[in-house]
This record gives sequence, structure tokens and C-alpha cells, in this order.
Amino acid sequence: MIVLEKRPQPSRGWSYAAPVLAVVLTMVVGGILFAALGKNPVTVIRTIFLDPLFSEFAWFYRPQLLIKGAPLVLIAIGLSFGFRAGIWNIGAEGQYIIGALCGAGVGLAFYPMETRLVFPLMILAGAFGGWVWAMIPGVLKVKFGTNEILVSLMLVYVAESLLAAMALGPMKNPEGMGFPGSRNLAQYPSAANLELFAGTGMHWGVVFALIAVIFAYIALAKHTFGFHVRLAGQAPRAARFAGVNPGRLILICMGLSGALAGMAGLFEVAGPAGQVTIDFNVGYGFTAIIVAFLGRLHPVGILLAGGLMALTYIGGGIAQSNLGLPAAAISLLQGMLLFFLLAVDVLTHYRVRFAARKVA
Amino acid sequence: MTETLLALEGLTKAYPGVVANRNVSFSIGRGEIHALLGENGAGKSTLVKTIYGLVKPDSGSMILNGATFAPADPGAARRAGVAMVFQHFSLFDAMTVAENIVLGMDIPPSPRAIAGEVKRVSHLYGLPLDPDRIVGDLSAGERQRVEIIRCLLQDPKLLIMDEPTSVLTPQEVDILFTTLRKLSAEGTAILYISHKLGEIAALCDTATVLRQGQVVGTCDPRQTAPREMAELMVGTVLQSPVRATRPEGPILLALRSLTAPAPQQFGTALKGIDLIVRGGEVVGIGGVAGNGQDELVAALSGEMSVDDGMVLLADVPVGRAPVNARRAAGLLCGPEERLGHAAAPDMTLTENALMTGVARKELANHGFLRWPAARDFAKEIIAAFDVRTPGPENTARSLSGGNLQKFVIGREIMQDPKVLVVNQPTWGVDAAAAAAIRQALLTLADQGVAVVVISQDLDELMEVSDRFCALTDGRLSPSRPARGLTVDEIGMMLGGAHDLEAPHLGASGSTDERLASHMKQDTRP
Amino acid sequence: MDLSSINPILLLASLMVAATPILLAAIGELVVERAGVLNLGVEGMMITGAVCGFIIAVATGSPWLGFVGAAIGGAMLSLLFGVLTQFLLSNQVATGLALTLFGLGLSALMGQNYLGIRAPAFPDIHVPLLGDIPVIGPIVFQHDPMVYVGLFIVAAVWWFLNRTRAGLVLRAVGENHDAAHALGYHVRQTRLLAIMFGGACAGLGGAYLSLVRVPQWTEGMTAGAGWIALAIVVFASWRPGRLLLGAYIFGGVTVLQLNLQAAGLAVPVEYLSMSPYLATIAVLVIMSAGRAPGSLGRIFHAAR
Repeated sequence: MIVLEKRPQPSRGWSYAAPVLAVVLTMVVGGILFAALGKNPVTVIRTIFLDPLFSEFAWFYRPQLLIKGAPLVLIAIGLSFGFRAGIWNIGAEGQYIIGALCGAGVGLAFYPMETRLVFPLMILAGAFGGWVWAMIPGVLKVKFGTNEILVSLMLVYVAESLLAAMALGPMKNPEGMGFPGSRNLAQYPSAANLELFAGTGMHWGVVFALIAVIFAYIALAKHTFGFHVRLAGQAPRAARFAGVNPGRLILICMGLSGALAGMAGLFEVAGPAGQVTIDFNVGYGFTAIIVAFLGRLHPVGILLAGGLMALTYIGGGIAQSNLGLPAAAISLLQGMLLFFLLAVDVLTHYRVRFAARKVA
Repeated sequence: MTETLLALEGLTKAYPGVVANRNVSFSIGRGEIHALLGENGAGKSTLVKTIYGLVKPDSGSMILNGATFAPADPGAARRAGVAMVFQHFSLFDAMTVAENIVLGMDIPPSPRAIAGEVKRVSHLYGLPLDPDRIVGDLSAGERQRVEIIRCLLQDPKLLIMDEPTSVLTPQEVDILFTTLRKLSAEGTAILYISHKLGEIAALCDTATVLRQGQVVGTCDPRQTAPREMAELMVGTVLQSPVRATRPEGPILLALRSLTAPAPQQFGTALKGIDLIVRGGEVVGIGGVAGNGQDELVAALSGEMSVDDGMVLLADVPVGRAPVNARRAAGLLCGPEERLGHAAAPDMTLTENALMTGVARKELANHGFLRWPAARDFAKEIIAAFDVRTPGPENTARSLSGGNLQKFVIGREIMQDPKVLVVNQPTWGVDAAAAAAIRQALLTLADQGVAVVVISQDLDELMEVSDRFCALTDGRLSPSRPARGLTVDEIGMMLGGAHDLEAPHLGASGSTDERLASHMKQDTRP
Repeated sequence: MDLSSINPILLLASLMVAATPILLAAIGELVVERAGVLNLGVEGMMITGAVCGFIIAVATGSPWLGFVGAAIGGAMLSLLFGVLTQFLLSNQVATGLALTLFGLGLSALMGQNYLGIRAPAFPDIHVPLLGDIPVIGPIVFQHDPMVYVGLFIVAAVWWFLNRTRAGLVLRAVGENHDAAHALGYHVRQTRLLAIMFGGACAGLGGAYLSLVRVPQWTEGMTAGAGWIALAIVVFASWRPGRLLLGAYIFGGVTVLQLNLQAAGLAVPVEYLSMSPYLATIAVLVIMSAGRAPGSLGRIFHAAR
């Protein structure tokens, strides 16, 4: 009989080893799955996890790593505070869309004026849009005790409808010959989020993601705010006793995650995506949840996890075009990764003992 | 009572790092009231859980009614005639009394029949209960009645009671004892678990004493001096706290008709509480848990905001001040629940020291935490209060109850409070740690601090308090000098037993006489 | 716009159809939550049920077998959640989210060869006599059988929770798992069964979308229906009767919105299609929720 025994303290070793084990298990089970789909599992796994970094076309894929990874890291850092405090903002995808719409809206309003002020204003507008969208579930939770998971999620669908309405209506490119979608911001120099160094993939979103990682690290390790966040998540009553105002913490955590998600949306729409289209969002807001957990809600972990997840996006794309792997297989692989992580996490908090079944 | 009902032979149960029961053997006779005496952590709970089928022993055996008894689960134990009243009630707050009772029975009668059964049994044993009430709305004493009736409806041969009196007023204790004696007279054996010597002397026929998982003695509690049993139980000779006579200090804490609504469902509203505490005195507040203790502490600590003028700290209104502002002003609190309220279980002792120490110990600088200073503070507490732990980097959860309690009380004392309020400071703590905590509170009062001790343990309050008041249903009685207060007077202050009727004793005259003689006995050592 | 083109009888009749998938998923989740488990993977189980049901119905030509397959598919997926949360003691919120993400990927993979195919027909039944009553007949008694299966499940769950001993034990487990364990009830087994029932119901709800309501398979076709089901459980204060009300209110909003679109209301379609979600939020805010089961979402580990 297998018995789980709670450890007096979480195992440090396992908390580092668990994500690695989860990745390995995902590769093994994913490989079996790919074999079942009639693909050579070794080739597929190598294509997804290694080719973006080491193949002959790696010079093309490596910059992509930053482009895909930055929004994931930026959103996940914001989410990690709330998740640690037991505040579940699941609607980052919606905040990402609204941030993009607000930011792009500012940019389009200035078109075609060329001034250095446009891009900073767009960043502010993006952050503000995401913040507002996240404050809706936040305020409703504080004022009415409404479940933030459900409200933030409902708002994703609302945001998607709003995006469609904008892309087809007010934001439609007047010179677009009737095609849905806005003007291309990437071709409007004052509003474009371009590569800072050609060929590196380094754009302003990457810079902000790195700043967010550093900021989060300091806040969690050294500042009262981070301490209160951790306390509120582990022992809510103790947090109140320590002077934490639960309502204010909810608003701060929701607002922070919303603002970062909104910024991520703006960087995407002004750079890699270029324009507001009906489906410019590709689910970063949801994938970031996986990134946050895979990174153990720790800033450095999130940075690594964001890189890994970006790798699966790029590698998945290669596998799709070169090996004919269905796109859905990649999202399945990502979901599987989170499952395995949650499963092996038991080893961090519990000790597994094999006890012979006693004859009672 | 010569016939053996249950015999335990060499029961051993080990958990990682601790042997809960080591080779425990004793037997219980039919109709016997048998006390199982021991400190917290002596292995009493594990032992009764073994008998009730919740724990499988590593070795050893049990014989019930001459047959081998190895219940696979509580259901099997119940079918064999073993019933148990839990220390932390195994009740479901949102359900009715009838539903709760049905859940404890293996072959339940129909829902309609159960109401009649409840009425019959509750009348027979003097334990009135309305089957349709929601359990969450009941008082602690009434909740216990639900558990007892749940057991009695199954005609048990052995009734296990785990610390049943810790939540009862003295009058309710008397009624409970009457019920138990009646059951005993009818042939039901009772295994009575307690660490209160007075109760055991008043009630029990035999006592088995456990220490560190082992049986260290068996005696007749009516023939043995309480002091002797206490030493058997604890293993050392205990020092009683020393109380100096202190000059009357200035008024440091004043509550002026403190009123607050219940903060949540099944909570208690505070109703016009008036209290004055001077520097250098200890005020004891007695009462059964659930009568507003948590709410009173929350109103004092700042977790619950009240009108500004309702709480005065050295004449300054602080009723609306947030938690850390009150700490900065010198009003410190120690809540009842150690794990999860006074301390965060999965955080280190350093982090837990920081939790409340941040204001008065200057452990943060513009919001940035001074970890080395916090670690030093944790080390100071560990050293000053003899907290047994490898070091401040260990989690709160890894400490034993007594050590953690010393840590969280010590954390507040080490911050030089003006006023210290503690709720259940020694609940579930071993005797040595309890004595150390009480002594520390008295020493603090000697230094001119105003101390408020809220407790269910009347013995403890009599030991440390200068003045005593009772908290009942959110109301605080006027205070009276603690010295010379009798148990009956305390009982009256606590509002007596709620709506209890005398048990219906038609069974036999001899039982009545025996009861009458026992009722006279003092329940305190 | 031409409001007269909206037929109130047809509106009410289609309300019952629109509410059914949500109702099925929500009644399953209600049982799960009454057992003290918060499974946020309803969306994932629904969409898996949708694709399983569709594949089997197309393969066998029988919608009934499709529904059976959907229930099994949903239950299998929920078993994954059950093992993780009950035996490996993982966080229920995170695991539920993982289940949704996993289910969306899995269903897309399974259904990639089934795009653009029509499901076998699942004809409405005309209840004899009752179906002939004017007005009431077309509204209530002329639907496909699953509408009535859904209502039957709601009634059965009500009876189970309030009138049977097993239901009482399930509620006890959800209310206070430590006390239930102390009394000797099997917390994990009870919860695992509840979780699988919830998965099966969510699967049925998903299959209702792919086999009856749409009826074909498209990726992500549940479009938040699973989340709305979760919201309706909260709205219903964990009581089956109110659940029915909640699902019908939601069905009403959906149907009205579609009818207004068809009637050519001078508001872009995109704004109208927000309305079910906004209505859900409004309902969550207005209805102050009742008391949740005491152990909801807490991890159970029988330590000693």
C-alpha cells in the first residue's frame, strides 16, 4: 500500500526537480502519442524541443524565441502574484485583447502624425486597458463577493466579441479595400514596436518582460508587498492578523496582472502582429497560466518556463509544416505538461512510503 | 463490574519520528467508567482511534466480549458496540440535528422515526434537542449533546468520550456526569479521556495513566491524591506560577460598550462590552468557546474594525485603527488558533517572527524587509522561551503544539507590549509549556503591563487572574476579584447550563442516591 | 428591424433547447461541488464529450450511442482530474484549468477529420396528447429526447441529494470531510464517483451541442458554455431547483439574442453575442450566493 506523508517542510530538491521531471514525462507520453499518430516520436520531439535552437535554420528561430516568450513571461509574472495570494485571474487573454485595443486605438488616433510621444502613450494606454478589464472582476469580488474566476473568464468572451466588432467596425483600415483589420501599426514608425537590434527579436516587450522579472523578484524576496502576497495565499487569517487588507490585495493583484497583460497585448499588436485583426490573439493569456505554474510562480522559474513554452510554439510550428503534425497536438502537449507538473508536485509536499498492508 | 468488556494487549503504533503508543495494555470492565489520563501528545487520541477503527495498530490485539476485535473502519466498531464522542466535534454545521444523527448510525431509521427517537432519548437522559435545528446555530454544549445522542441511539456497550468537558460550563459538566453515571449504572462502559484530575476523581472508577505512549500506572482516582496522579502524568514535579502583589497601575485598556455584528455566519455578535484593565493586573475572561471570544480578540487586534471610541488604549481611541497601528501603539494580541492565524504553518519561524514584529521591532525599512534583523528576533524568541527547534529556518508546522505556542506568545511578549490580550494561551499544550506560558504572563504583569487572558480553562484563569469576568453570548459580565471565587459562583457568572432539565431518573432508587452523593463533589482539584 | 418576426412560442420552445447543454453540465458540476470538489474543467470535459459523441454518432449512425460515448469520454477525462486531486493531492483550481486546456487540445486533435460533416439526425419526439395542447404543447412537449433526459437527471439529483442516504453521505463529505472521515465514510471514493458523474454529465452537455444544437463538429465549439455552467451552479446556491431556473434564464438570453440578430436589430452582431456572458456576470453580481459546501476546494489528506 502506498502512503503519502506530509513533509514537515516542502522539499527544496523536489521543487526544482519536479518541473524537469514533468518535462521529461511529457516528452515520453507525447512521444507515445505522436507514435500513435503515425509519426516517428524521436523526430517529432527533436523537432519541437531542439530544432528551434540547434538546426541549420536556428538563426531564424532563435529571435522568435524572444518574440513568443516575452508576452508569456510578462503575463505570467503578473498572474504569479495573484496565484500566490489565492486570487485567480483566469481572464488574462481578455485583458491582453483590451490592452491591445486601447493601445492600438491611441496609435491609430495619432496616425499619421510622427512624434516620439506616440509609442509611450500607447504603452500607457495598453496597460490602462488591461488594468480596467481586470479591475472589473476585482471590484466585483471586493464589493459583492463575486467569483473572480468566472467573471474574468466571461470577460474573455466579451473581449473577443469586442475585438471582432472593432476589427470590422471603428478600427477597420479605411484604405484596406474592405478587408477586416486595422492599419498596420508596424508600418507606422512612431507607433511600431520594432526590433531594437536587427535580427535579435529583441523588442520593447522583451525589455519590459525582463524588467518585470527583476521587479517581481525583488518584490517577492525583499519587500513587504511580496511577503503579504505569500502570507495571504498560505494562511489568509494569519495575513489579516499581520495587517493585510484582503480587499486591497485583491485589487492590487488583479490590477497588476491586468496591466501587464494589457501591455503584452499592445507590444504584440504594435509589433509581431502589426494590426488589430479578428484573431490576432493566439491564446497567450491562457498559455501564460501554464507558464506561471511551470515556473513555480517564481520570477526566474517563469523566465525559464516562458522560454520552454515559446520553444514548443516554434517547434510545434516547424513540426506542423515539416512533419504534418496537427496544430492541436501542440496545445495538447502544453496541457499535458501542466498535468504532469501538478502530478509530480505531490513529491514536493509529501513523502511517498510503501507500506506492507497490515492484516488488521 | 468484574466482568471484562474490552481488553487491550500490547498495542503499538508508530508514526515517523514518534511512537504514539508503545505496548499499551489495560482492560475495561462492563459498566465501568475508566479514565484515560495523560498530557497532550501522550498518545491518548491514537489509542482511542485504534479502538474506534480509525487507526490500525502496528502490533498488539484487542479482545471485546471475549472475541478478537479488529475493526476495519468506524462502521465495524459501531456494529460491535463501540461509540465515540469526539473532542473536535465530528458534526456538519450546515445540516440539521436529525441529519447529523442519521450520519452517525449504520442502520438508520426513517427520517420521521428519528425525530421521535431523538426526543425519547433526549428526555430520558435530560439532553433536550430539537431535531430540525441547524447544527451550526447550536451552542457548544448543545453540539456535544448531538454527538452523545448519536451514540446513545445505537445502544453502545462502550462509549468513548474524548475531553468532553473542555467546552462545557460547570453546570453542564454536572449534567453530563449525571448522564454518564446513569449509563454506567445501566451497564455501559465509558472510556473517559481527560487531563483534568478533578473530573476524573469525581467520576471515574479506574484510571490508566499514559505518558509518552506508554502506560505508566493504573490507580483508583478516588483513593489517589491528585498531586500523585499529576506527577505520574507529567513525569516531573511541577512548579506553580508565582504571583507577586502589584501596585495598582494606570488604566491602559478600556472598552466602552463595545458592540459589533457577527462577522460571519455562525459567528457571535458582541453586545455592549465594558471593561477596564490597569497596568500590572491580569484580567481573566472565562466562557465556553463560541461565545464571542474570537470576535473580541478580532476587535482588539484590529482585524475587525469597530467605532473609534469603543476601544481606548491609554485613553487614545483606537477602535478604527488598523492592525499594525495598534501594534505600534502597544496593543498586542495572541489569537487562539496557532496554525493558520497566529502563525502561517508553511512559513519559517523567521517569517513568522516578522509577521507581527514588523511594527515594533522595526523589521522593515520603507517597505523593504530586514531579513537579518528578523532572523535575530526569531532567535531571541527561541532562546528566551526555550522553543525546541533546530533553528529559525524551520517551518511553524514542524514544531509541536507547546513549542509553537511558546513561540507565538513569546513573539508578542518580546515586543514590550503595553497591553497584551491572549486567547486560550495554553490550549492543547503540554503541562510544562503551559506552566512556562502562565509564568511569563504573570512576569509581564509584574512589569506593569495590562494583561487580558481569555480561556475556557477555569483552573488556569483562577491561577493567573486578579479579576475575573465571564463572556456569554457576546456579553461580558462585570468583573469580580478572582481570589475566593467558588466554582458555583463562576458557574452563575457563565449563565449556568442553558435550558437543561434534570435527567429523568426513574430507573432505580440506588442510582439516585449514588448520584446525589457525587453531585456534591467539587469538580476542581 | 422587424420584431413581429419573433414568434414567442418558438422562442420559448427553443429556450428549452438552448438551456439543455448548460443544464446537463451544471447539474453534474453541482453534484461534484456538493461533494466538496471544485472542478473548473467543465469546459474541457464538455468539449471532449462533444467530440467523442460526434465521432461515435457518425461512426455508428446512432445519436444515442453518441451520447453514451460522450458520457464515457467526459467521465474518463474527469477521472484524470479525480486521480490528480484526490490521490496526488494537487490544487483543484490549477488542475481544473489544466483539464480545460488539455480537453481543448485533445478534442481538436480527435476531431480534425470530422470537420464539416453533419451529425446523424436526432428527431424530436411529439409527446402523445400533451404535445397537442395548444401553446404549451409546442413549447414543452415537442422536443428531442435529451431535453427530457436533462430534466429527468435534475429531478433525480434532487431526489438523490435530499432523499437518499448516499446523497446524505455525499453532502456530509462535501460539508466537512474530516468529520465524515472520522465517522468512517470514504471521502476519496465518494468524491471520485461524484467527479466521474460530473464528467459524464458535462460530456452529455457537450454532445448535445455537437449532435443536436449545431449539429456538427467545430473546434472550440463550446465557447464558454462550461464556464457558464459553473456560474449557474453558484447562482443556484448549489440547489437543483434553482439550477433549472438559472439554466432557463441563460437559455432565454441566448435565444432572445439570436432572435434579435435574425430580426435585424440595428446593433452589430458582435455586441449582441456578448450578451449571454454579460448576463452571466450580472446574475453573479445580483444573486448573493448561498453558502458553499464547507469543504469546497479543500484538499483532503487523512493524516492520522
